[in-house]
Amino acid sequence: MSTPLQDRIARQVAQIPRSGIRDFFDLVQGRDDVISLGVGEPDFTAPWHIREAMIYALERGQTTYTSNLGLISLRKSISKYIAGHCGVTYDPAREILVTVGVSEALDLACRALLNPGDEVIYHTPCYVSYSPSIVMAYGVPVVVETRVEDEFVLRADDVAAKITPKTRMLMLNFPTNPTGAVEPLEELEKIAALAVKHDLIVVTDEIYSELTYEGSDGLKPRRHHSIAALPGMKERTILLHGFSKAYAMTGFRLGYACSPPVLTEAMMKIHQYTMLCASIMSQLAGVEALENGAPEVEKMRKSYAQRRNLMLRKFGEMGVPCFPPGGAFYAFPDVRRFGLSSKDFALRLLEEESVAVVPGSAFGTAGEGCVRACYATAIDKLEVALERIGNFVSRLQ
Amino acid sequence: MEAILELLQQNARLTPGQIAERLGQDEATVASRIADLEQENVILGYHGVIDRDKAGNHSVAALIEVKLTPERGGGFDRLAERIAKFDQVSSCYLMSGGYDLAVFVEAEDLREVARFVTEKLSTLDGVLSTATHFQLKVYKQSGFLAASETEVGRLAVAP
Repeated sequence: MSTPLQDRIARQVAQIPRSGIRDFFDLVQGRDDVISLGVGEPDFTAPWHIREAMIYALERGQTTYTSNLGLISLRKSISKYIAGHCGVTYDPAREILVTVGVSEALDLACRALLNPGDEVIYHTPCYVSYSPSIVMAYGVPVVVETRVEDEFVLRADDVAAKITPKTRMLMLNFPTNPTGAVEPLEELEKIAALAVKHDLIVVTDEIYSELTYEGSDGLKPRRHHSIAALPGMKERTILLHGFSKAYAMTGFRLGYACSPPVLTEAMMKIHQYTMLCASIMSQLAGVEALENGAPEVEKMRKSYAQRRNLMLRKFGEMGVPCFPPGGAFYAFPDVRRFGLSSKDFALRLLEEESVAVVPGSAFGTAGEGCVRACYATAIDKLEVALERIGNFVSRLQ
Repeated sequence: MEAILELLQQNARLTPGQIAERLGQDEATVASRIADLEQENVILGYHGVIDRDKAGNHSVAALIEVKLTPERGGGFDRLAERIAKFDQVSSCYLMSGGYDLAVFVEAEDLREVARFVTEKLSTLDGVLSTATHFQLKVYKQSGFLAASETEVGRLAVAP
């Protein structure tokens, strides 16, 4: 008698629930009439000069492994870029690890730092992989909920209430997927003070930090504040960033972690035995992106800002409350007034108007009552999608 | 460049209402600003960008390099403005480098271009020389690629 295969799955893996997004994906897949606002990536193709750099790398026969940490040229570019963008300097030789996307870096951070039973505080609604990454590293995820009434700001008091003697780590993601929230500096400072007081490591995922919108029309970028740059924080922070969102390079699978040498070394230990290194062609494209990509990033950011304006105005006109998101490319409108759960709202919108949005509940219970609508969608399609959403909600009134 | 102009340069078919939605302004303000920009000749005009080959238009296009004698007081302006007024000229720019004017012409056929160069252009006092280059194939025009990239569908729903 052999053991049933489902009983062979490791408990850590078996206990992770199926992703809510996965369910929704299956419903949308295979329907070609759907306009999807359910995506989590830019609608732009990676800028040509970056793709061309990758082609050039192949032409020159750059097809080898690289250092486990990543190409030193890329790490130097990252160091220079992060110094300017975040205001904190990392040593390219010992404090930067190039990874296969931020997702890998997140996993490395958890595995390098957590012992079984260690508690990790994270805020929801959030990107779907935070809790599973903690669980797979034998940590215990501890949720702090943020609220739509508070524009999903993470309150230091709420974090403090969840700290126990077992708390080891705090995970942050601003601007936030799925809400587009940005953290005000004064609140970030309070959170930093908590981390110092309780000796916590902070893992901060800043993948959307170039895509920010200032002022009533959002056409200017707002200054990004990284917790790593606050006094006393560099030594206890793992800063995660990458190329997918700002440079529209999702398929290149390229990210990085910046942290003190001891932490970098520990993460590198896992990385070298699992990934070995990120693809050299992607890394060379990454150098091109950091050195010459800023104008393209700004062009794309401006285009997102314009679509964000369109979306906010249309939601306003149809009477769907939606706070102006300070970053990323998501709006997170509040649909509670229609008397449907966020899942039913999304299902019926898909069924009746062929527009896909993601139910807020897929990002944690704190997302219930809202849906995530991605405005990184061609603007003519976005116009049609918003018209259809308008038709849908007018029937629900 | 101001945001309204950037948007119109990408897509001149946008209505003032659409521009207003994207820029977070109101429609009347945008419409009146566009009217001013037209009035001030900041916006010179609007046209579709058409791939003539695909449209079955077998007229010819050429770039003519023109060397001129500059004039005291006006430099190249008087002659250049005079040349620019010919119907066949679609664009006309003063250039640095080996020649003075880049004159882009469009005409029914090769003979019409030849007639324009030999009878109109070369005979002008002050035109020292011309060199005519015929356009063979379009790869990119006014910012648009002739062969668009194949669309790779993104996942319909992703985290």
